Amino acid sequence: MSGFRDRARTALADPLLQKALRNVPRGFIAKRAKAKAALPEFEQLREEASALKAFTLDNLDTFLATFVERAQTSGAKVHFASNTEEANRIVIDILKKAGVHLVAKGKSMISEETELNTALQRAGMEMVETDLGEYIIQLRDEKPSHIVAPAIHLSRREIEPAFRQAHTELPSDRQLVEKEDFVAEARSILREKFRTADAGITGANLLIAETGSTVLVTNEGNGDLSSTLPRIHVVLASIEKVVPTLEDATTILRLLARSATGQEITSYTSFFTGPRRPGDVDGPEEMHIVLLDNGRSEILAGPFSDILKCIRCGACLNHCPVFGAVGGHAYGGVYPGPMGEVLAPALHGIGKVSDIVDACTMCGRCAEVCPMGIPLPSLIRRWRMEAFRQAQVSPVQRLGLKVWAWLARHPHLYALAMRIAMPLLKFALRWKELLRRIPGLSAWMAERELPPPQGRTFTAMWKAARRKRP
Amino acid sequence: MTDGKDILARIRAARAGDPEAASRLLAEHPHGTIPAMARPADPAAALALFREKAQAAGATLAEVRSRQDVPDAVAEFLQRHGLPRELRVGRIDPAMPWETADLKVVVGAAEAADRTGFAEAFRGIAETGTLMLVSGPDTPTSINFLPENHVVLLRVRDIVGCYEEAWNALRADFGTSVMPRAVNWITGPSRTADIEQTLVMGAHGPKRLHILLLREGEETGG
Repeated sequence: MSGFRDRARTALADPLLQKALRNVPRGFIAKRAKAKAALPEFEQLREEASALKAFTLDNLDTFLATFVERAQTSGAKVHFASNTEEANRIVIDILKKAGVHLVAKGKSMISEETELNTALQRAGMEMVETDLGEYIIQLRDEKPSHIVAPAIHLSRREIEPAFRQAHTELPSDRQLVEKEDFVAEARSILREKFRTADAGITGANLLIAETGSTVLVTNEGNGDLSSTLPRIHVVLASIEKVVPTLEDATTILRLLARSATGQEITSYTSFFTGPRRPGDVDGPEEMHIVLLDNGRSEILAGPFSDILKCIRCGACLNHCPVFGAVGGHAYGGVYPGPMGEVLAPALHGIGKVSDIVDACTMCGRCAEVCPMGIPLPSLIRRWRMEAFRQAQVSPVQRLGLKVWAWLARHPHLYALAMRIAMPLLKFALRWKELLRRIPGLSAWMAERELPPPQGRTFTAMWKAARRKRP
Repeated sequence: MTDGKDILARIRAARAGDPEAASRLLAEHPHGTIPAMARPADPAAALALFREKAQAAGATLAEVRSRQDVPDAVAEFLQRHGLPRELRVGRIDPAMPWETADLKVVVGAAEAADRTGFAEAFRGIAETGTLMLVSGPDTPTSINFLPENHVVLLRVRDIVGCYEEAWNALRADFGTSVMPRAVNWITGPSRTADIEQTLVMGAHGPKRLHILLLREGEETGG
């Protein structure tokens, strides 16, 4: 199979992608820093959110059962799905039973996880993504490259042909230059879809046990139109999205938008509780909530359970130097970046995605910015150990790691080896250009700067410094 | 197909938990840290903060002295933006004589052709300049999202500092653990940054959000 390395190489050589990725620092990163600085209580909230989610996971059975009971009391129908196929089957059954033809869909990472779009297509239903980013990638028949900004890898130059090809009913000489042109065109096209859709499918950022409500956080308002206008509303959510109370949801919401887009809060935060009530003149006649497990109840029991605290803000992606260099598609799955490096192996097994856990420099920025305090680098390192244990690492690399481990356990030999290697390396690096041509080394050196060692080894300097002290 | 019992059983097996502590948390719903900036000293400070934050989010604001003044204020907004003198409303309030301002109002859920919707907020949250609207027979949710222009009436005395105060107000009105079908926090008009991470206003929801602050002869300063 094509691995992370191949995809990363392609990504690094793609000038349009590289240009699009250069927007991240002045966009998400700068805005988050500003938002955090404006809230002195940010760190405190972060600790509280992490602790409250830890308590929620410890008592997930109670909170999930309470959520289900109260959602049902409000008239919502709750369905459990053990795996992705089951989730899709449940959704399609709901839609078929209700005679649905057109589905307006809000952004949902769980629907990406279950590959619902393909399943709907196979079932002969028309489905239109209504989040602008998702709509763009639907037109281009692509997968999202970022969990918050699905089309972050694209620039207008690439979006324009997709719009012209899809919106043939519009005059061909229309202007598609400014960002506003694209937004206005998508708005006008999707309005008609909202009006005629029989069902809306959305995700949920949170589920509230206390009230049986689902929470939807958006800026565009597409999720609200999808869940208000059609006669059926289906919410797709994974089981760990539950929080105990409205107050707990509030604590997390104070962190979510600040961490994601640097806003204090998004334009729309909506709390839905059941279908249309007696006397109401709008709202869906049926509300369904599909709760997906897909291995999460097993993750809960294992060493990677902290990843279930994740609120999908995308801060770890935005701040990851590897993500910033190669973008989300290189990770080859639904969840990219640091959170993906922990979640994807947990969902699919390390055997299938062992190479993405190498996409980390252990710089620690992700853990620093994670609003839920998830120790991402430690979890990634743990997956590397797991990959090694399960023999998912190539024989050459295995041998190298074993030699290094043996050497590291024998400090005298290690020091000796370093003393010999260092001058040799320094000498060899005088002919860097020559080294670049050696097969095997050339690829490695093409993307790396190897500075020649300066002076003595660290241990030698350390010893000398200690001798100087009285 | 599963009824969830197996999933819940797996969860229970994974973590012992403390059902009593969990139930207590649900019943007591303690709040976390409320940022200092979300605790304005008095109603005047709350109003000032609400104004500042709502404006920063892209909303416009105007003041009205009574419900009777609302139709004129709405007419002025429509005129300023060259909009037709038509309005979608959730209910007819005899205290708001729309006909005096020569406005055509239609009652009910919003429709695609509606240009402007009018709604009343349940609370205003100063912390982020957020409007809290709740659904009901007289307050259809579609009005908040479908028309391009959204005019919202907010009583100044309904402005609270933080989200937690708004939840308590909701619990007081609707009952503990009971929610209206839809509760919408609305902060500024609709927007998107999905194209090259640059903010563009007016994605799918309203392009304009205009807030009418109703003073109703209260003693609030500002």
